[in-house]
This record gives sequence, structure tokens and C-alpha cells, in this order.
Amino acid sequence: MGKPELFETIPDALADKDELVRRLLEGLPAHCVLHAPEQLKPYECDGLSAFREVPLAVALPETEEQVVHALRTCHGVRVPVVARGAGTGLSGGALPHPRGVTLGLSKMKSILALDPLARTARVQPGVRNLAISEAAAKHGLYYAPDPSSQIACSIGGNVAENSGGVHCLKYGLTVHNVLAVRLVTIEGEVLELGGEGLDAAGLDLLALAIGSEGLLGVVTEITVKLLPRPQLARVVLAAFGSLEKAGEAVANVIGAGIIPAGLEMMDRLATGAVEQFVHAGYPLDAEAILLCESDGTPEEVAEDIERMIEVMRASGATEIRLSRDEAERLRFWSGRKSAFPAVGRLMPDYFCMDGTIPKRQLGRVLRGIEKLSAEFGLKCPNVFHAGDGNLHPLIMFDANVPGQQEQASRFGARILELCVEAGGTITGEHGVGIEKIDQMCAQFRPDELATFHAVKAAFDAQRLLNPGKAVPTLQRCAEFGAMHVHHGEQKFPELPRF
Amino acid sequence: MLDQFADTIRAAAARGASLRIRGGGGKDFYGVRLEGDVLDTTGHTGVVNYDPSELVITVRAGTPVAEVEAVLAGRGQMLAFEPPRLNAAGTIGGAIASGWSGPRRVAAGSARDFVLGVRLLDARARPLSFGGQVMKNVAGYDLSRFLAGSFGTLALITEVSLKVLPRPVAEATLRFELDEAAALDTVNRWAGQPLPLSASCHMDAALWVRLSGACAAVDAALARLGGERVDDAEAARFWASLRDQTHPFFATASTLWRLSIRGTAAPLGLGAQLTEWHGGLRWIAAPLEAQVAHAAARGSGGHATLYRADAALRSGGIQHLGSAVLALHQRLKQALDPQGLFGAHRLHPDF
Repeated sequence: MGKPELFETIPDALADKDELVRRLLEGLPAHCVLHAPEQLKPYECDGLSAFREVPLAVALPETEEQVVHALRTCHGVRVPVVARGAGTGLSGGALPHPRGVTLGLSKMKSILALDPLARTARVQPGVRNLAISEAAAKHGLYYAPDPSSQIACSIGGNVAENSGGVHCLKYGLTVHNVLAVRLVTIEGEVLELGGEGLDAAGLDLLALAIGSEGLLGVVTEITVKLLPRPQLARVVLAAFGSLEKAGEAVANVIGAGIIPAGLEMMDRLATGAVEQFVHAGYPLDAEAILLCESDGTPEEVAEDIERMIEVMRASGATEIRLSRDEAERLRFWSGRKSAFPAVGRLMPDYFCMDGTIPKRQLGRVLRGIEKLSAEFGLKCPNVFHAGDGNLHPLIMFDANVPGQQEQASRFGARILELCVEAGGTITGEHGVGIEKIDQMCAQFRPDELATFHAVKAAFDAQRLLNPGKAVPTLQRCAEFGAMHVHHGEQKFPELPRF
Repeated sequence: MLDQFADTIRAAAARGASLRIRGGGGKDFYGVRLEGDVLDTTGHTGVVNYDPSELVITVRAGTPVAEVEAVLAGRGQMLAFEPPRLNAAGTIGGAIASGWSGPRRVAAGSARDFVLGVRLLDARARPLSFGGQVMKNVAGYDLSRFLAGSFGTLALITEVSLKVLPRPVAEATLRFELDEAAALDTVNRWAGQPLPLSASCHMDAALWVRLSGACAAVDAALARLGGERVDDAEAARFWASLRDQTHPFFATASTLWRLSIRGTAAPLGLGAQLTEWHGGLRWIAAPLEAQVAHAAARGSGGHATLYRADAALRSGGIQHLGSAVLALHQRLKQALDPQGLFGAHRLHPDF
């Protein structure tokens, strides 16, 4: 049995590309509609380049009105729409639909308003994450969520993915830092969700919209919260003789009542890869290192750092260093932030996993990954948002070696299932997209998936927004389950088998 | 217990009845109207899982908030959103179903922000689980946070996993004589600076500010802000009286409007007022015309809720939803509870 098709056929969809383009051009200027093959090529994938599709057309609206027109048009002719921000997503959420329109929001990149006293910014979806903090800096404010791709990724994409970053434990995810959005439905209706107050009337539709991976609507405006920029940040680098010891240190820091601004772990393979690349000065003989940051007023930081060092020492750290100045702090972080490209230099390809587990399961899961690594014969360095249990194992492979990509895919799937078994989840911050669509079948039961589909139908009854992503059909799970029997259990017993 | 709940749901569905999910009953005053047979959750109690180093607690919905807080306090932790304890029997299920949060919300986040996962029984009595016990989880739509504030109108929450935080090492309260406009400006200017503000309140020409955090940070802020230091015991009573709405302002108001607006919005001048959340939450104890309240809130970037009033006043609706958003509410209600089994007309006259 072959792999199920990624995209179902939508009945009665307009397949005539020229006609579709003509209709789009009724509401969008010519330079905002791309349809020649060489123009479409750059949009064939996002940050997950293993999956590629060419869309029928790309619409690049400059105004909300044009977004509305594009959506109404596609709705009218039953053509799928895939919204796209900066295209940095790692789960293939912006992978085009081969019979659909990709709606790129990159031209909508204005910061519409910034209110320093109310500590909010109202921005268009194509604004880069870091650009918000840059604009707020003169007021001593910043936008807290900082995914590693923040110099490039857009706030609209962050809303779609509910992006995190290294400071989530203390400052939260996108969902905790967004006050309001304007969401255009597939029918072209503009909804205002949230508001300038801290909560909104009725049900919390904002919570539903954030992280919905472009399946419920297209966001044209976002109001974010800004926070006072901490006066000072310092980071403790601690080395450990084993992953277990480092894991215990993480539990001990939090058990001591400290909420670090960032708490990251890297294993020996990861630090080795990074050192060759950026020379962050990591100890290479350690099995694991922790980076533990405190930010705030100088008084707070001094108090925190003293306690952090005490806990690290008591937890058996073999070496402890404290950043002496901002340059050294940034150097300590540079290694962590360049872990992905560093691994990319050692091997032609890698898959980045994104499972999250309860921290107490860390030892068990890492041992499991080690065993799988031996079984599949593929190296797998680990970087880990230790404070919030979010693992990023990087499975290294060479797609030019026949069969290796398939092996790496299977290895990745096993890691995610390990995370689910440990009481965790298949994705902490990168989203399901196309990449983890089958693992959704391991995480959720059919009744739960059916509930997701019911919610989807309330927004988009014809399933035209980003079809085939994020939430698998029950049929897809049944086929996947048949190929892949999980613990010998027959899943989806109520569905006919093929 | 879950089997009993499921039987109750199935039986009600079979006879086309509706159900009113109820914990401690402290919020019975709230809503357009109460309909249906009471489904009492208070028998479904207990902490399922708590590991302080994970910063996560998982509890059954009927567990009293007081019990959860006692367990957390034993390990130096807390529910940072400070759910209002409107009576001693208030449950964690009720805290999440209401989505209400106390004074610390302005700094720490809301009930919804602290939800990590829920287990529930849906309108077909199917046990479902969304979210989980981990800090970061973006698999599927965020139904667990969506249920916070749904007031039992979509499903029966049976179990909740919440993020918890360490209790602050130090806390202190300052009081300043300031009129409303000056207080709004002052507190919002402070909130834009790295100060450990954890709550504020303005009423009767006085601004109260709570500082929470590391000892050194609180001491430094005390020295910098000036004002009159409030005795710790008095301060604790004051913030608790806001959180639990036992303060005379709440206790004596017969009609109470809740306006959630931009914190920096100019004074509204609508009547006797208590202000929290750095101006973002303005309680008005006056029998305002609904149109006046809704227009004032909308003009300040937010919304108004007829929080407490005679049944007759509430029957016309307690919040205003625009037509497109209302239609979406109705479709979602239809999707999750097609028979209208749960909490009919609690939140809106139309569903």
C-alpha cells in the first residue's frame, strides 16, 4: 500500500488557471498576481524543503481589501488557499496546494500604530518579528516571543503557528502576547477578534485562531503586547557529566522557585557541531551543557544568578561559567541559536523534530532516542528548550544516499511517538503542517479529530483554507494506521479497512 | 463519577432537556439566564498529578479552588491568575469555565493563559482530551484554551491541567493620593518600565500598587516609587477583597457593569467606579443604559458586560456581539453542541 495522497481532490473546483488569474486580477493589481512558472518556483516550499509543490497562482495582496477579494474569488470557484508569511515555517504549513492559490502576506508589512503608554503595537501580518522589537526599542519596550528565525519570520506566521522561542517559560507563546487580530474568513468576511482590553466579549475566538495554521482564516492585522525591555540579562553556562544530571539540574532550578528567562540544554553531539561553526567556547568534554538566563533589574538578576549557580553546583555541574558582559552573553547564546545551521554543515540534510515532554521524562526519552539512533544508523544531536520540555532532536542524513531520507522520516516518526507515550506532544512550536500530519493520528483519537473537523467546518465549511494540513482526515489516519500498527492496537475500529 | 456524568448527559440528550453545569454555584448570578437541570460537578474531586518542578498541576474539575491552592502553597507555588473565590465551595472547573481572573492577571496572565490541557465530555458524552500537561503544545486547534470562559456552554470540563508559578519571594503595597486621570497615566508609565508591578487598583482618589518579586527588586522599587507603604496584613486583605469581590464596592452594588478596555483610555465618567488592571478593567456600579455602556466600551477599544443585575435587565443580553462574530458563535455552538444541551442562553439570548 502506498503513502496516502497529501491532497484530496476538491469536487467542482475551477481548474482553469487562466480563468482563475483573470478573476484574481479583478481585485488585485497585475504586479500582485504571479502565474508564470518561473515566478511560482520560489513559492514551492517553505522552511521544510523536503516537500515541494507548485501552486496554480500566487496572490500578493497589499491591502486587506485585496485579501478579501482573493479569498472571495477562491471561495466562489472552490479553489484552495494557502496563506504564507515569510516562508520560514519548519512543518510545511505553507506548502502550496497544487490546485490552489498561495496567498503571500509579505507585502503587508507596515507597523500601523505603536502606543508606548498602552504598550501595544498594531501591525500588518508581513511585519518581521524582530522589526516590532526594533520599532519599540526607542520606548524601552519589546515584543517578547523570539523564535530563532525572528530576523526573518513574520508576525502573521507567528500567529498561525503560535510560535514560541527560547524565552517562553517566562514570557509565554504568541497566544499570550497577542491582544487582537483581524481575521478574514474564506467567505471574505472580516472578523475582529480580541480587542485593546485584556479580554473580549463572548467565546475566546482569539485562542482558537492563534495556532490554527491557516485553516480557519487569514489574519490581516495583529495587535501585540509590548513589554518593558529588561535592564540586564546574564547567562550561566553549566557543564554536566551526563544528560540525566543536566536534567536533574533543570528540575532543581525550577523546584527552587526560579523561573529563568531561558533554560536550554545541548548534548555533546550538538555542542561539538556548534563549536566547529561559531566557537562559542562550550566545553567539549561535557555530555550536556545548560544555558540558564536571568533577566530583569540588576538587583533581581544578581539575586537569581546567585541562586542558579548554587543549584547548578549542588546538582553536580562539572564546570560553571557566568557571562561577564553582554558580548559574552551573546557568545554563549550564539552557539545555541546556530545549532540548526551548524548541524546543516556537517551533513547535507537533517530533520528537526519538535516534540515536547514532561521534563521528568527527559532521561527516558533521550535514552530512547539514543537507541533509535543506533537502530537506524543515523546521528541525532539534541538541542532542548529544557525549561518547557521542548525537544529538538536533529536527525542527520544524506538524501542522496538511497533510502536514507525514508529511514530518517521513520526515525522521526518514532521519536514523536516516544514523546506521545511519555505524556507529551508531537509539536511544541513548529506546528503540524504537512510534516507531522500522520503523527496527529498517534496523538489524537478519532472523536477528537472529528471535533477539530467540526470546528473547522464552523469557519470554512468547504475546507478550502490550507486543506490537507494540520488535522488529518479520519480516512487518512485509518490508512496510516493500517500501514503502521501501533502497539498492536487496531486504531479506528469503526472505519472500514482498505 | 465520569460514568454518572456521561449517563446524565445521554439521558438529558434523549429527552431533549438542557443541562446547567455547576460547581460551587458562586457565579449563579451571572449570565443572561440559567436554564436546565443542574449537573453538579462537586463530587468529581482530587489532584490527579502534581510535580512542582514541572510547574504543572492536573486536577479534576470539581476540586475546590481552595484545596488546589493549599496543595500548591505547600510547595511554594500558586495559581498566578488569582481566580476569584466567590464562595468557599468554588471549584477549579468553575474557575476555568468562567475564565475570570483576579488582580495579578495584568502582570501574570489570565485563567485561559494558564490552561495547558483539558479533558471533557462532549454533548454526545464522549470523553475527549485536548492540550496536555506540557508548556508548549501546538498540535491541533487550541480547544483547551478556547473552553476557558465558555461558561459550560460547549462541553463538560472534567479535568484541567494548569501551569503554576512560584509564589513571589517578596510583596509590598504602596498607596498614592491621585485622581483617576493622573492614576491611569502614572500606573501605565510605570508598567512600561522594568518594575515588579503585580496589581493595581484605583478608587476614591487613591491608587494602590502591588509589587511582587525578588526581595532586592521590590526594595528597589519601593525606594524609587515613594508613596505610602500599606501594612502587609492590610494589603493582603485589600487585594483579597478585590480578587474575591468581598470589597464593599462589589458587595453593595446591585447593578454592576464590567468594562474591559484599553488601559490608557480616558476616564469614562459613567458613575461610581473601581479600576483594576492598570486601567484595563473598570467596574461601574450604576444602572447604565446598555447602549451607553457598550458604546463607551467600544469607544475605548474594548467591550462591556452587564456583570450583575436583575434578571429582567440581563434577559436582553449581557454583552454585545457584532453580527459576523455572533454568527460564528452560533456555528461553533452548533458544531460542538448541536442539540443545545449545555448552558442554553447563559452567555447570549440567541444560543
